[in-house]
Amino acid sequence: MAERERIQKSSRPSAESVQEEETRAASPTGDRLKAELDDLLDEIDEVLETNAEEFVNSYIQKGGQ
Amino acid sequence: MVVPKICGLETEYGITHRGAEESNPITASSLLINAYLSGLQHAPGSPIARVEWDFEDEMPGRDARGVGGGDIGYEPETHLVNAVLTNGSRYYVDHAHPEISGPECADARSAVVWDRAADVIARRSMEAARALLPEGQELVVYKNNSDGKGNSYGCHENYLMDRATPFGRIVVGATPHFVTRQIFCGAGKVGTEAAGVERFSVPFQLSQRADFFEEEVGLETTLKRPIVNTRDEPHADARHYRRLHVIVGDANLAEVATFLKVGTTALVLALVEHDLFPDDLCLAAPVQAIRAVSCDLSLRQPFRLADGTSATALDVQWELLERCAKYCHDVGTEAVGGAVADEVLARWETVLTQLETDPLSPATTVDWVAKYRLLDAYRSRNGCDWSDSRLQALDLQYHDLRPERSVADRLALERLVDAEEVRWATENPPPDTRAYFRGRCLQQFASHVVAANWDSVVFDLGGETLRRVPMMEPARGTRQHVASLFDECQTPADLIGRLQQ
Repeated sequence: MAERERIQKSSRPSAESVQEEETRAASPTGDRLKAELDDLLDEIDEVLETNAEEFVNSYIQKGGQ
Repeated sequence: MVVPKICGLETEYGITHRGAEESNPITASSLLINAYLSGLQHAPGSPIARVEWDFEDEMPGRDARGVGGGDIGYEPETHLVNAVLTNGSRYYVDHAHPEISGPECADARSAVVWDRAADVIARRSMEAARALLPEGQELVVYKNNSDGKGNSYGCHENYLMDRATPFGRIVVGATPHFVTRQIFCGAGKVGTEAAGVERFSVPFQLSQRADFFEEEVGLETTLKRPIVNTRDEPHADARHYRRLHVIVGDANLAEVATFLKVGTTALVLALVEHDLFPDDLCLAAPVQAIRAVSCDLSLRQPFRLADGTSATALDVQWELLERCAKYCHDVGTEAVGGAVADEVLARWETVLTQLETDPLSPATTVDWVAKYRLLDAYRSRNGCDWSDSRLQALDLQYHDLRPERSVADRLALERLVDAEEVRWATENPPPDTRAYFRGRCLQQFASHVVAANWDSVVFDLGGETLRRVPMMEPARGTRQHVASLFDECQTPADLIGRLQQ
């Protein structure tokens, strides 16, 4: 049941998803974490590698245990 | 016999050489480690001479089941850089990765301290290498376990166990824990790398490693990886001890996840040694279950047990917690880290309660949750789907150890140890295992130490033969045992003379 809810949610428009996140995270800790996550999203593109696709494609690690 | 659950973590880091036209991971790993070692030797007032690893007791092909098939097709790579550090750890090129094998630790908290110290050493190594490389080039180190293209590298754990415990019993007890503990110690991953499965048919899963496990029990570590590894290399007195080599786990950035990974496993193994492991937790199909658990973010999907019933990962973990709490109450915590074991039990209960209430609630203690929340929020805000390169880049960058690119550093993960203690641990060994003896030998007499390994230190006193000091008891050679001895010895000959008395 929980799995089905999650799949449905991911197909909704993003604004609605954000609203639902807010409803769900009703505890004070949840609110604080949500606010911190929003702040982080505002700056995360500056942390993200400039050319994400090239970076991901060139990340190859052979020969591990 | 009560065997203390002395433990150690070994991390193979991912490495890239950025800005170079051609790069070779072995060369890059060698450069990284040599840059760090060279920096140590040239530090003002440094007592450090470079001490090489001693391969005397390396036997990775020996099987704990005592059956044939001991040749796993590789030998220790004795020609590559391989050093011993004053904090008791080994820093070397393993296959095509830089690896830090941490010192023996007496409890889970200590394991966290020296695991963080290893990350600091890797960070300093990147800085040292940057100073040596041409403008525009750098080596970048990632503390993860997969490249997203079907290649994995490990974060292995080691636990001291009683040789008298039959290996078959260890398999019975360890397997249910290894399959289910990923709900709190998985590091999270976008997509799947399981053979023959479409990459993004699984948007996100709990574990970096689960896709790579194909067998229940075995000796391999590089292909057809087994959930329980049978390598029998005790690095201690083999009449009394075995070392359980655990290859199934993820490298963690969240300190609480590392603490729980090591702490809960030590407790479960103590349970096994005392023959208190419940016999009704055998899984019908562990390999299928480890993958199914990893792919179920709801934590609600049951898997089949051997007795025909079914259980969820949370059911199994609650059962193990209850048994381990009873063990600590009835038998005591002496063998499992004393007061640290009580903290493990408390945090274990907390994380299971959180995961049961809302799997996404332990956002500052569980890596997969912290990573998933960020990536899912990014996906919502930018309207992209799980195959978007930016999400895969953020997944990799969660594990990037550069402060300016690390995503984990920005997620306010809860800290168990402070930065000063970690900095201290980059140079000093744990005080309560034989790592203390190894570390003190290197701090005080490095120029006379020819080589060292887990169970011995070899001295050159200028005579015709080298002098090997064996350390076959992992709980001996602690600060309490030998600190005053080292304080009183001016020369390595003094030390060896006193040890022989």
